[in-house]
Amino acid sequence: MFANPFKLAEIGILGMNERNINYISKYNPRALYPLVDDKLQTKQLLTDAKINVPSLISTVHQQIQVNNLIDLLPKQGGFAIKPAHGSGGKGILVILSQSEGTYTKSNGEPLSLKQLEHHCSNILAGLYSLGGRYDVALIENLIEFDPIFDGYSFEGVPDIRVIIFQGYPIMAMMRLSTKASDGKANLHQGAVGVGVSIATGEALNAVQFGKPIEFHPDTNKKLNELKIPDWQNLLTLAAQCYDHSNLGYLGVDIVLDKNIGPLVLELNARPGLSIQVANDQGLKPRLKLIEQQTELRDAAARVAFSREFIEVK
Amino acid sequence: MQKYLSNPKLPFYALISVLVLTGLILSIHHHRSYQIPWFAGESLTSWSIEARVEFEAIGEPVSINLSRPSNQNGFKLIGESTASPGYGVSYLEAENQTQWTIRKATGSQTLFYRSDFLLTPQQASPTLIKPEITYRAWEEPYQTAVEQISSEVHQQSANPFSYAQQLFKKISEPEQNQNISLLLNQTPSKAKLAVELLNKANIAAEVIYAIELEDGRRRQDLFPLVRVWSETDSVLFNPTTGKKGLPNNSLLWQLSTGPVLEVIGGLNSQVSFSIIKRNESVAANLKQQSDQTQGLINFSIHSLPLEEQSIFKTILLLPVGALVVCILRVLVGLRTSGTFMPVLIAIAFIQTSLMTGLIGFLLVVFVGLLLRGYLSRLNLLLVSRISAVIISVIAIIAIFSVISYQVGLTEGLKVTFFPMIILSWTIERMSILWEEEGPKEVLIQGGGSLLTAVIAYLTMTNDWIRHLTFNFIGIQFIIFAAILAIGNYTGYRLLELERFKSFVK
Repeated sequence: MFANPFKLAEIGILGMNERNINYISKYNPRALYPLVDDKLQTKQLLTDAKINVPSLISTVHQQIQVNNLIDLLPKQGGFAIKPAHGSGGKGILVILSQSEGTYTKSNGEPLSLKQLEHHCSNILAGLYSLGGRYDVALIENLIEFDPIFDGYSFEGVPDIRVIIFQGYPIMAMMRLSTKASDGKANLHQGAVGVGVSIATGEALNAVQFGKPIEFHPDTNKKLNELKIPDWQNLLTLAAQCYDHSNLGYLGVDIVLDKNIGPLVLELNARPGLSIQVANDQGLKPRLKLIEQQTELRDAAARVAFSREFIEVK
Repeated sequence: MQKYLSNPKLPFYALISVLVLTGLILSIHHHRSYQIPWFAGESLTSWSIEARVEFEAIGEPVSINLSRPSNQNGFKLIGESTASPGYGVSYLEAENQTQWTIRKATGSQTLFYRSDFLLTPQQASPTLIKPEITYRAWEEPYQTAVEQISSEVHQQSANPFSYAQQLFKKISEPEQNQNISLLLNQTPSKAKLAVELLNKANIAAEVIYAIELEDGRRRQDLFPLVRVWSETDSVLFNPTTGKKGLPNNSLLWQLSTGPVLEVIGGLNSQVSFSIIKRNESVAANLKQQSDQTQGLINFSIHSLPLEEQSIFKTILLLPVGALVVCILRVLVGLRTSGTFMPVLIAIAFIQTSLMTGLIGFLLVVFVGLLLRGYLSRLNLLLVSRISAVIISVIAIIAIFSVISYQVGLTEGLKVTFFPMIILSWTIERMSILWEEEGPKEVLIQGGGSLLTAVIAYLTMTNDWIRHLTFNFIGIQFIIFAAILAIGNYTGYRLLELERFKSFVK
């Protein structure tokens, strides 16, 4: 039922208390949190730094704008509506296509303009934001997912989470939504987590609900064949987020666009611990290795260092 | 050695050690110099009852008479005192009264009278004087009602006491008898009506007042009892319940009839009572010492008036509740909805008793969630929505109180002790959680909160912990140190051992 805590410590599993005290509060200055908690600010920051993000169509700041929502939406094609302060994928509405005032959701459900307006006023009222503060709704261009991941995800967005510690990528996983997770990419809701090797970008191990699995539960695709293309570039992009956000312990969420390549979806100042379960590896030895580095390196050199040394035992 | 001295956390550990040491030294000092035992129940218990008299003085000579209790079965008077700046005080032994007098006073005045009783198994038999019988004339239709009741009761009884027993049975259930409810319209006090009806049957009787002893209660009122006489003996009846004898945990404030409070030279007078239970050796020893120096070391909650003491009895338990929350969240890893919401719920449980509290809480939250489900369809802004939930919670609580009272469950009235704003936020959070994460997460967090509240309740009502927190101020330092130490704990949480069990094969 319970694991022996001394064994866990020996493997180097990071626990919640230690993460909070020794990493988050030590390496992430409180003043920088608004940068990552507000997706609008993050987008601004990353755009200035020439890091690719899903492009912004418009923003809804006030309830009165909701009445003219039709002017803020693109006239054709799909888009996504997101709360600026949402967390864990809450309140994200993805519209794949539209025709004559009917909007089709990612699961095929048709929505009217009225329903979109309702969703926007919920976002503005703070339904999805931390602590229920007033929020802003972002309307973004739809990402055209790279077809190489077809069959790995059920209905939702397959995204790649990379933990960046002091600018070095130290662990990565791919999150695949399932029927059980209702198209969401949260592991605790039943999404599949696939640990990805920092060295190669290839799948190492896959879990759902904390238990190892071999095949995607809905599509039956073999998970250990998963390989992320252009891995060096993707990791460098993630590592650069550290230089611009200055958060020492950072989770970077990335998706692959068919045309543009890797896009940074969001940054997270309190990345979760399930990535360890997905990788079947503890974070602590890797954190310790990076804490010993004194040499200043640029993003590409840090990625090269991590790819060479981080998985060496 | 060098390695330990350069540890950056050294000042932190030093602080914790200093706090623990201070706590221990203070506690040992209290234990030694006041002979406060480490465990509760090592000695006799006593009750302190404080009467607080308030009135508006009108600039004339003032004279206040307050009746005071004396030795009785099971209770021995061990001390009494007053606090009343500028007033002359005398204890009138014959009338069992306390008298305050002053030549001139204006504005609002507050006087305190306090008596301490020791619980003893001894029986006391104070001499009681049989009251005079007075006959009262009734107008019609009351006269007929009185006649009917008298003849009915007379039929059903054999002697004065069985007559009284039958009469109180009728009076305590006025809805059963039209005549009684008619008379209660004219004489609203059941006790007074009983005395009038008994006198009519040539049975001597009197209204006397008693107080219910419940630890930590403030602003309590006395309740009336009726003493019924045969030729030489007397028996007490409770007119509200119809039961014979003195109710459990009650103390007679008066032995014979008379006004509780008489004020001459003042307006708007009222009296209320605070009650506190204590450990006799603590009280006696502190009393002995209180004449000596009151330095910082002797700093003691016991020097406050009783009303404030009973507030502190609860306040000093809050750190214990906070410690429980720290342990369950940091060491165990339970998820709760709202960090300290469980402590507030636990405090409500202390007022309501555990089962009533749990059932009431679940009912209110459940009905609240249903209502909130409807509100979410109205597409309201957040602040209005929560305000609407607050009003719904108040409505739910009001409806439950009325229903349970009608059904005869007075326990149900205690739901009013719940902190309503906190309940509303709980409902709002649970409802959002339900929409976003599904009912499973609501069960986890709701269950976590309730479990935390119950554990906090059990800890906070534990006799030994109440004894320690109230009598040893040093314990607070130790709790403070423990909370600081937990705040620095970087080990695994108990539930993480389960979460990460796949690593150890």
